[in-house]
Amino acid sequence: MPSQIPHDSVGLVCPRVQHFDRPIRLSCGRELADYDIVYETYGELNAERSNAVLICHALSGHHHAAGYHSPNDRKAGWWDDYIGPGKPIDTRHFYVVSLNNIGGCHGSTGPVSINPETGRPWGPDFPSLRCRDWVATQRELMKALDIPQWAAVIGGSLGGMQAMRWAVEHPDDLRHCVVIASAMKLSAQNIAFNEIARQAITADPNFHDGRYLEHDTIPDRGLALARMVGHITYLSADGMMEKFGRDLKAGDFTLGSDSEVEFQVQSYLRYQGDAFSKSFDANSYILMTRALDYFDLAREYNDDPVQAFRRARCAFLVLSFTTDWRFSPARSREIVNALIGAQRPVSYAQIEASHGHDAFLVPIPRYQAVFSAYMQRIRAEFANGGAN
Amino acid sequence: MRLDLAPILRWVRPGARVLDLGCGDGTLLEALRDQRRAEGLGIEIDADNITACIARGINVIEQDLNESLANFENRSFDTVVMTLALQALRYPHRVLDEMLRIGQECVVTFPNFGHWRARWYLGSRGRMPVSKFLPYTWYDTPNIHFCTVDDFEALCAERNIRILDRAVVGADNRESPLARLWPNLFGVTAIYHITR
Repeated sequence: MPSQIPHDSVGLVCPRVQHFDRPIRLSCGRELADYDIVYETYGELNAERSNAVLICHALSGHHHAAGYHSPNDRKAGWWDDYIGPGKPIDTRHFYVVSLNNIGGCHGSTGPVSINPETGRPWGPDFPSLRCRDWVATQRELMKALDIPQWAAVIGGSLGGMQAMRWAVEHPDDLRHCVVIASAMKLSAQNIAFNEIARQAITADPNFHDGRYLEHDTIPDRGLALARMVGHITYLSADGMMEKFGRDLKAGDFTLGSDSEVEFQVQSYLRYQGDAFSKSFDANSYILMTRALDYFDLAREYNDDPVQAFRRARCAFLVLSFTTDWRFSPARSREIVNALIGAQRPVSYAQIEASHGHDAFLVPIPRYQAVFSAYMQRIRAEFANGGAN
Repeated sequence: MRLDLAPILRWVRPGARVLDLGCGDGTLLEALRDQRRAEGLGIEIDADNITACIARGINVIEQDLNESLANFENRSFDTVVMTLALQALRYPHRVLDEMLRIGQECVVTFPNFGHWRARWYLGSRGRMPVSKFLPYTWYDTPNIHFCTVDDFEALCAERNIRILDRAVVGADNRESPLARLWPNLFGVTAIYHITR
């Protein structure tokens, strides 16, 4: 628990739920009759309704991006270092909307919700989703909140994919698109890692073909293993060495002794895996990793990202991190080059960081400076009364 | 506004799409935007300069000029500008070729090593010139390819580069009659408007 809430925090926040009873047709062809979206907002919507920004979350993210739910919370929201008064997404000036995507497991309709047709949890029967379904439902929330246009849609990793999808499919709905540590499609290696994660889950004897809730259990060993694999890929080799080295948590290597040795990194990974398996739903994890694998920005545009981005009308900021090998700088440069080809306004910075893919969540001075400068530029536009 | 940038403002057409290689803190692109309504994009490698560009609302890409510019299509910009970076490039002539491929027209500026002070320094002391404008020692300098006005024009002739216009400024960054008459001797900074 923070002894007191820091002055640059958005403070105590309360999630809200928006119910939608108009059916939505999903990209898999199936229909969701009604659904809930849980979301949080930080800051105030201005009189012109021109200062709203949307935060799109990544694989394991959710609506709670900043602030605290209770004074007893040990940790703030997942992007608290970047959202708050005086932070890059400055809540003294921006109205920030952060939601949990459908198919998630933090309050929005997903596999743990009750399927109205059966009265039981959806589980593995929840419709498969694509990134564009998230964008479509985010857009429903935008309408419900009466926001005419986003000042910016912002996302890291899988969130960046949603932000790009917004820019391409709904060009008039946003003025800026901030794409951090993302890619226009996953590499084969990336899909392979996601497949290991899914296999770990489905191989857990408690998985029961995804109907584990009906068996009153969860595949927590499998989910923990999936997270451990994922977690390694979100860090860099150097970052891990810096953080853990070969330090021991227990035992030693004294000759003549046979004590059991545990490295710090083992203990850390197990802790991360266990914590995750208690807070995340396995079917959601499978669904979200599949949506990641399936995403291909230019698939419907002759596999030509330049053609895709020609539809966009917003300006772009693209950021990458030097040691990120899951969404490497090369993937971000592909985005930038496609934007240059499409003659869209774009800025790009490659941030030196040892944290691997996780860098997008970490406070890094250069990252903060560039991001802040860009957000101030967006602010200057609506402060001058102009959409672009 | 640096005075050596004044000719560039004259040469860039209103509303032009401008690519600035090594755009620094975005001063030139900002002036081109504000005075010529130019739509600019900068290329830069220095972190602080990149942040400064973004803060001014100038679009900037982090990219090393010594690596490829192949991500820019032929004739995709009206004007490609490069100020005071030519002498710091590993292969200046290749970057010039790339500029001329990407832009309809190009503007290049560089410090003239044929200036009489540089000649005097080398001639009288027999040592590589160190000055207020070029304060580096020979062994620790970003400037690895100095040339003179005459060297540059010879290169243009050799590689079929057409010189549309030339301005040469003196130590005060102004276009002086002396520098106009004998640019290779009195020009401190040479500014060329070229095409192919």
